[in-house]
Amino acid sequence: MDTKVKIEVQRYLPEKQPEPFYQEYEVPFREKWAILDALNYIKDHIDGTLSYRWSCRMGVCGSCGMMVNGEPVLTCGKFLEHYLPGPIRVAPLSYFDIIRDLVVDTDGFLGKLKSVKPWLITDEIKPVSEGEYIQTPDEKDEYQQYSMCINCMLCYSACPVVGLEPDFIGPAAIALAQRYNYDNRDDGREERKKTLLGEDGVYSCTLVGECSEVCPKAVDPAGAIQRYKLEGAADWWKSVLMPWGEK
Amino acid sequence: MAESDRKEKSSKPPLGKERSARYEKFRPRRYRSRMPIFWWISKRAYVHFIVRELTSLFVAGYALFMVYQLYVIRQGAEAYESLLAALNTPLSITLHSICFLVLIFHSITWFNLAPTAMTLKVGGKRIPGSLIIIVNFLMWIVLSIAIGWLILSA
Repeated sequence: MDTKVKIEVQRYLPEKQPEPFYQEYEVPFREKWAILDALNYIKDHIDGTLSYRWSCRMGVCGSCGMMVNGEPVLTCGKFLEHYLPGPIRVAPLSYFDIIRDLVVDTDGFLGKLKSVKPWLITDEIKPVSEGEYIQTPDEKDEYQQYSMCINCMLCYSACPVVGLEPDFIGPAAIALAQRYNYDNRDDGREERKKTLLGEDGVYSCTLVGECSEVCPKAVDPAGAIQRYKLEGAADWWKSVLMPWGEK
Repeated sequence: MAESDRKEKSSKPPLGKERSARYEKFRPRRYRSRMPIFWWISKRAYVHFIVRELTSLFVAGYALFMVYQLYVIRQGAEAYESLLAALNTPLSITLHSICFLVLIFHSITWFNLAPTAMTLKVGGKRIPGSLIIIVNFLMWIVLSIAIGWLILSA
């Protein structure tokens, strides 16, 4: 139980230093500790000035995403044991502006999410007396996978296109748009089209595929994007070959 | 909170540009890292991706070369014979071999990605991705054999 693990944490303290730097900490090794537990140990026992986000500790809230040894992961879901003998490098999620230490600015991401209107858009709202909008299990299965997203932003940090083209609306936002596009209660496909097929939309994706690899919820955003590309292309051909057809 | 602070805050409009400008002024500076040119070297998957993308250049290049071959064929049998003779050099054979390998890599990687974009359903059930890949490969092999037979039997 005396084993110690070295953890190198990227710090960014804008009031002291203009550039981020790495600070080394030594934490005791515990078999059942996740990276997040080690960070909490540092915060509680070694250095209270370390800043990072976390909440649920069980891979549901999506707050504790960080780069661990260069890979975007939920720090509550990766165990120290996995990275032995160390040192373990912990850095903030790539391609996001850093506010402080491991805390990144999520404003851009939240704006992108909003831009695809990820909510049910219905042409006609039924009166309550007509009851629920009924859906069969098969109809639910059409979109359920895309609804599992927890907005942890790991896919953005795995996507070099996000790094190269910061305005790209990105994997999670497109997957979420598809979650509503494939929902049979939704009529918003046309409204989302402008953003999804726009300059920063699906065609910015070059199918690196890493977004789906790092997704902790198996949402497969890469698949969602490619499916939309195919549908977008089919729509375009339809409009060229049959301009009189319905929109 | 000191009295003066409270006064200052309450005299400001609660929302709007004025306040956000003040906020921006005192907001700690965000750090934005730059993407290095060789970002793709850091990870195997990225190298694989870049190589796959670069193979497209070979595909385009070879397609142009085939168009040129058609053009030469139109010039007559003699012109085509001399092109074939010109191509029969170690350098040309090496280039063709490299092109062949690169194109094979291109085809395999793209066939493997096909199920990512295709969600096919038969009788309400989703066809597994591996089946789409297998059908792609079978079609590739059958077509290659057919073309090979056409050329060799001529």
